[in-house]
Amino acid sequence: MIPSNLDPAHLREAAARLRGRVVAMSHAAGAAHLGSALSCCDIVAAAYWAVCNIDPACPGDPLRDRFILSKGHAASALYAALAFRGFFPEDELDTYAQPGARLAEHPPANMLPGVEAATGSLGHGLPLGCGIALGGRIRGEAFRVYALLSDGECNEGSVWEAAMFAAAQKIDNLCVVIDYNKWQATARSNETLALAPLAEKWVAFGWSAIETDGHNVTGLAALMQAVPNDSGKPVAIIAHTVKGSGVSFMEDDNNWHYRIPTADEVARAQRELGLS
Amino acid sequence: MRNAFADELLALADADPRVVMLSGDIGNKLFDKFRAAHPERFFNCGVAEANMMGVAAGLAMTGLLPIVYTIAPFATTRCLEQIRTDVCYHDLPVTIVAVGAGLSYAGLGPTHHACEDIAFMRALPNMVVVCPGDAWEVRGALRAALRVPHPVYLRMGKKGEPVVHDAVPDGFAIGRAITVAEGSSLCLLTTGTMLPEALAASSLLEQAGLTACVVSFHTVKPLDEACLAEIFARFSLVATIEEHSLIGGFGAAVAEWRADRGRDACALVRIGIADAFFKRAGEQEYARAQLGLAAPQIAARLTAAWQRAEGQPAEAWR
Repeated sequence: MIPSNLDPAHLREAAARLRGRVVAMSHAAGAAHLGSALSCCDIVAAAYWAVCNIDPACPGDPLRDRFILSKGHAASALYAALAFRGFFPEDELDTYAQPGARLAEHPPANMLPGVEAATGSLGHGLPLGCGIALGGRIRGEAFRVYALLSDGECNEGSVWEAAMFAAAQKIDNLCVVIDYNKWQATARSNETLALAPLAEKWVAFGWSAIETDGHNVTGLAALMQAVPNDSGKPVAIIAHTVKGSGVSFMEDDNNWHYRIPTADEVARAQRELGLS
Repeated sequence: MRNAFADELLALADADPRVVMLSGDIGNKLFDKFRAAHPERFFNCGVAEANMMGVAAGLAMTGLLPIVYTIAPFATTRCLEQIRTDVCYHDLPVTIVAVGAGLSYAGLGPTHHACEDIAFMRALPNMVVVCPGDAWEVRGALRAALRVPHPVYLRMGKKGEPVVHDAVPDGFAIGRAITVAEGSSLCLLTTGTMLPEALAASSLLEQAGLTACVVSFHTVKPLDEACLAEIFARFSLVATIEEHSLIGGFGAAVAEWRADRGRDACALVRIGIADAFFKRAGEQEYARAQLGLAAPQIAARLTAAWQRAEGQPAEAWR
């Protein structure tokens, strides 16, 4: 278990360990979406090591901050973070996608400690996050809600329904982080449905939006920590990322949306990540 | 029904701070008292049902009891995946209250008809499906729904339906059918808005010398299996009556039960809507008559079925 720590070196180490683990998990399980998982490891590390007020011993604490992996296909990154932070034993990561395991290819409902919502169908995490954040307001509980969305996910109309709802209700304890890696499953995201200008879209929808380097863990942590900001609006962080980030031969190569690494490729990735 | 719902909702929200109301931009003035009394617990979610259903699930995740209210097709098919994945998969206590069961909004056309919603909702794991037969059953169902730790689909008519009971029936419980009239010739199992029509059909049957037991089967899921077992043992002819497609609805649920339990010694007649959209203009009464759901049509069909049954073994005419 890696303890929560704000030290930049520790945050970078946590992100590197996440990357090494998701590469190994993809290989062991024969499970896809590795490029998507690598893309968001710095965001996940910032959330779980530096930002979220969470206690692995009390995963159901009503006052905890919520992190919703709306891009549920990056489940391996979430599982690794939860295990490293002590929500369940690290050994259980070896069961990822195995028959009978709790660690399904998309996060299951009401099964694994620390998993806030079953995701995998895109466009669900933000409406859920709006409801949870509003619930906190109604109950007088000052927690924050983070929803990690993919850029492809912003194809879904429900994302924009929720964006307008959150702005109308001034849900300022809510933060969206967009893993903007410029790819979706089979094509460039902006050639599929016009996302750009993405930050401007969120501003136009009534949000406080900021663009940042999605691989700068400390920078991400600082922005995520500053929620609510003083705008009275929900916060959108447009995190510019590289799909497959951290492994040179996977970076910005969309084949790794579906490809499974070989044992040799896993070893090369681990070396590049400084883990072997 | 909807006025009874709004009244009962306010009383329940007064008593329980967990009750939160979400409306899909309908119910103009219906919720004025609620909004005045509990502004922090009323949300007009706009014409954005997918988001509304996800928000309801999120609210329930924090321990609240959200009630989602809009017109039946928009409360179901419009956001079916959110109901399935956000609400049912997480098994959350969200109460979906749909107004406009079946042909209640016949005049507005098939966009506003709800003749497949029971089928969709019934197929979802964890979902409870309740179709109250009158305004008092609406009140009883809403009270009961808020005590169910699972998703509930509550399917209402609109307004001005005949009132059958004079209070919430004693011992009203989800999953427990209510015998509204006793009779010995045959049994009418009716769900939801067809209760008054079934009672009218029963009166017509009586003129033909047949006495019908009429049961308000307000809960389609879970089925009151004890009641069904008793009815199918007691009668040789049972009819299901619903303002819904014959595919996947109440009659289908009873037929499935009958097949699974081997109760085919008792004949079953399913009265419901054929597999087609009803496209013509006209209000509910007209549409029902066009589709064979009017009381005289029901009575005629059941009289014929009963005559076929008389003097012959059930197997011969089934």
